[in-house]
Amino acid sequence: MAKVKGAVVVDNEKCKGCDLCVVACPHDVLSLHREVNGKGYHYSYMKNPDACIGCMNCALVCPDSCITVYRVRV
Amino acid sequence: MDIKDIIKPENLVYDKTKVLTDNVMHYCPGCSHGVIHKILAEVIDEMGIQEETIGVSPVGCSVLAYNYLDIDWLEAAHGRAPALATGVVRLNPEKYVFTYQGDGDLASIGTAEIMHACNRGENIVVIFVNNAIYGMTGGQMAPTTLVGQVTATTPYGRELDLHGYPLKITELVAQLPGTSFVTRQSVQTPAAVRKTKKAIKKAFANVGQKKGTQFVEVVSTCSSGWKISPVASNKWMETNMFPFYPLGDIKDSEKETADKFKVQ
Ligand SMILES: Cc1ncc(C[n+]2csc(CCOP(=O)(O)OP(=O)(O)O)c2C)c(N)n1
Ligand code: SF4
Ligand code: SF4
Repeated sequence: MAKVKGAVVVDNEKCKGCDLCVVACPHDVLSLHREVNGKGYHYSYMKNPDACIGCMNCALVCPDSCITVYRVRV
Repeated sequence: MDIKDIIKPENLVYDKTKVLTDNVMHYCPGCSHGVIHKILAEVIDEMGIQEETIGVSPVGCSVLAYNYLDIDWLEAAHGRAPALATGVVRLNPEKYVFTYQGDGDLASIGTAEIMHACNRGENIVVIFVNNAIYGMTGGQMAPTTLVGQVTATTPYGRELDLHGYPLKITELVAQLPGTSFVTRQSVQTPAAVRKTKKAIKKAFANVGQKKGTQFVEVVSTCSSGWKISPVASNKWMETNMFPFYPLGDIKDSEKETADKFKVQ
């Protein structure tokens, strides 16, 4: 069976740390960083990148369109 | 596999549509407005109607929507977006004209305008963002506020005897002969986002076929007004708003023809 692997890129500076992508991810990939961005928000990042399947759930619910998604078959 | 080998242009599966500008949205963290803007932009992009679309923005938090969608816009006085859209679509019948309105704008000060635009069957899309509160002005009670809901002007919760019943405007406009597709959706999960996108796309396609007024309510959150986190807001909406504002299509037809209403 073909496996898929994904990765996301979060626009750190645009992110408002709302946590909606973190909750939407079915594989617990994302988390809010302990550091803050220029606006003072704890931005989202891939805490657990190996688990990403590129399903786009995080990107779909992000109100600020911060997330770009990539996916490959392996 | 290394992340660098995945993050390559040929593996791209989701990116921000070009119909959305690069401006950082002024909305609060987690606000449903941002998700709805994005869905609208994707629909306009996928339908290839960027040059043919004219939006009418309201008074409310989305007053600045024109900063975020790269299309033609007008900004209406509070509640008057359907009246302005009427003029726009009558002068430009080939354009895709839509209003974007909050519940304070559409269901309170603009009740007359939305009722009559829907009753005339104006060939427009109405995006109705119902977050049960006046977001922009600091979270006051709206006609859509639920009984018992605490707002800035109902610190002990909305009371039926004092404030009346919450207004289900979407069910009301579904009764009018001018409306064609009337639906209620939400954007709190990936599945809900997909459904709302499908509904908005259908609404725009129907306007292309001159089917009459298309009404899409999106049950939404306003975490600042509700004074809870964005994640808790989505939960609160599911628990409290969905039972009273149930999701799904309410009407799916074309506006009525004249025969039914003519003198003999
Ligand atoms: C004629 C007029 N009356 C009142 C106001 C004040 N006002 C600004 S926004 C608003 C309500 C907005 O609420 P809503 O439409 O629900 O949009 P939201 O901000 O929640 O997205 C009000 C009453 C105004 N700007 N103009
Ligand atoms: S949904 Fe978007 S804005 Fe919210 S935390 Fe995730 S990336 Fe940031
Ligand atoms: S006040 Fe409410 S409606 Fe307005 S931007 Fe903030 S969350 Fe959104």
